[in-house]
Amino acid sequence: MPAVNPAPGHPGLASSPASAPAPAGDSPPASSPAPASRKVVLEPAEIRRALTRIAHEILERTDGGAGTVLLGIPTRGVPLARRLAERIEQVEGRPMPYGSLDITMYRDDLRLRPARALGRTEVPAGGIDGAIVVLVDDVLYSGRTVRAALDALNDLGRPRAVQLAVLIDRGHRELPVRPDYVGKNLPTSKQEVVRVMLTEVDGEDAVLLGRAADQPPGDPPPGDQPAGGTGAGRSRG
Amino acid sequence: MNRHLISAGDLTRDDALLILDTADELAQISDRPIKKLPTLRGRTVVNLFFEDSTRTRISFEAAAKRLSADVINFSAKGSSVAKGESLKDTALTLEAMGADAVIVRHSASGAPQRLAGWVRGTVVNAGDGSHEHPTQALLDSFTIRRHFGRSASSRAAASPADGALDGLRVTIVGDVLHSRVARSNVLLLHTLGADVTLVAPPTLVPVAVGSWPCHVSYDFDSALPKSDVVMMLRVQQERMNAAYFPSVREYSRRYGLDAARMAQLPDQAIVMHPGPMNRGVEIAAEVADSARSTIVEQVANGVSVRMAVLYLLLGGAEGES
Repeated sequence: MPAVNPAPGHPGLASSPASAPAPAGDSPPASSPAPASRKVVLEPAEIRRALTRIAHEILERTDGGAGTVLLGIPTRGVPLARRLAERIEQVEGRPMPYGSLDITMYRDDLRLRPARALGRTEVPAGGIDGAIVVLVDDVLYSGRTVRAALDALNDLGRPRAVQLAVLIDRGHRELPVRPDYVGKNLPTSKQEVVRVMLTEVDGEDAVLLGRAADQPPGDPPPGDQPAGGTGAGRSRG
Repeated sequence: MNRHLISAGDLTRDDALLILDTADELAQISDRPIKKLPTLRGRTVVNLFFEDSTRTRISFEAAAKRLSADVINFSAKGSSVAKGESLKDTALTLEAMGADAVIVRHSASGAPQRLAGWVRGTVVNAGDGSHEHPTQALLDSFTIRRHFGRSASSRAAASPADGALDGLRVTIVGDVLHSRVARSNVLLLHTLGADVTLVAPPTLVPVAVGSWPCHVSYDFDSALPKSDVVMMLRVQQERMNAAYFPSVREYSRRYGLDAARMAQLPDQAIVMHPGPMNRGVEIAAEVADSARSTIVEQVANGVSVRMAVLYLLLGGAEGES
C-alpha cells in the first residue's frame, strides 16, 4: 500500500477502502478511476535529481560524510536512505552506513487505532554513538513522526547531531520541527493527500497530490490532532 | 485478534504470524543497552497467579516492564484468597484498581474464560489447569521458527513462505493428559501447518484426543527418526492422583529422552522442554545440556513473545482490529 497522508483530523480514514488510493501497479495514477483526483507532482527523473542534490548537500554539511549514518523511517524512508547512501558512495568512493529506524512503538497516537505491525530497526554495525545521524523520510507533515524518531534514537545511543532529510515537505507542522534537506516543498491544504510511490515498494517512482474525495470537509474536531495515516501509509511528521 | 488470549485455538494463522513477526522485532530490544520501550506507559498489568510459577510470572513481568507498563504482582499465598475470597471478588477488586490487563494462572481449567466475563480489561491465560497455556505455545513456535530459518529476518530472501511451520514434524512426548502446554501446542502448531505427533503411554493420552488435529503413537523409538522437533513434557506428579505408570524408572526407560535416543534424531532436529525439567525422568541431563537443546533459549524467547502479545492486545485502541 502506498503512503497516504490524510488531513490530521481524520486518523484512520485513509485506511478505509473508500478513501484508500488504488493499489500500486494499476493503470497510470493520473487517469485511474479512483475516487480522488490526483496529479503528478514529481516524475521519476525529478525524484532522481532531488535525491542527487540532497546527497550532495549531506556531503557538504557533514564534511564529506565522515562519521555520518543514514537512518530511514519505514516504510518509504528506508529505500530513500539506501538510494542516498548509494549516491554518496558514488561521489566519495567509500561506503556510507545506512539502516532503518522503526518508530511505531514511540508514536503518540498508538491508542487511537488498533495496534499495528512493527517495521524493522536495523542500525549499522558501528552504532550511532557520536555519529551524525541523518533521519530520512518520504513526507514531512505534522512533525510527529520525527518527534517519535528522536525518542527512538535516544534509546539507541547518543548521536553527535541529528539531521532530517525528506523528499516532500508539505507543511502544516504541529511541532517545532524543521528539515535540513528537502527534495521539494509542496504547499498543500490539509484536505489533500500526498502519496509517495517508490519502485522498491510500489513498483514505480512518483509523487502524487490528490484530494481525498470522500473526506468530509471542514476543520478537524479539537483533540483529534495527531496526524493520521494508515498502517501502510503512516502519518508522516 | 480477540481482545483476550485464552486459547491458542482462538488464533488464526494471520494472528499467530503477526505475533511471531512482532516478537522477532522486539527480540532486538534485549540486545540494546536500554531495554525499554515507552509503548505501554501508564497502563497497568496485573499478574494474578493462583498457582506457583517462576518462569512464566517473571517472563510476563519482564515483558510488561520492558514496555513501560506498571506491574502489580498478586499471588494467592498471603493474599485474601487464603482467607477464602472468591475468584470473582478478587477480579472485581483488581477491576477497581484499574487493571488494563490481567495475566492469570489458575489450577482450574476455564478460570481465565470466566474472568474475561467479569473484568473490562484484557485477560491473558498464563496456564489454566490442564487446559491451555497459549503463550508457551507461541514461544515454542517462535523458537522452532528461528531454528528452521523461517523467522522474518532469515526468510526475507530465502523462501517465499510466510513464516509458518508448514511441513515440519513435531513430536510431543510424555504426560499429555495433564499438559496444558501440549494442548496449546497441538492447536497452534496445527494452525501454523506443522505435522504433530503425540507420544505417550496409553494412560496419559486424553480420552478426546481423537478430535485433536494430530497423530498419536505409543512407540517413542519409531517416532524419533521422523522428527524435526522433539518436545518433552514434564511428568506432572502434582496433578496425578492415581497410578498412571508402574514406576518412574519404567516410564523413563520407555518415554524418557536419553543420549541413545537423541542419536536417532535427524541431524537438524532440536530438543525442547517447557520447563521445569525432571532431569533423569523425562529427559536425561546430558540431553538437556546438549547443543540440540533449546531449553534456555525458550526462556529468553518467552519475554519477546509476551511483549508482542501485550503490545498487540494493549498497545492500540480499544476494540477489534
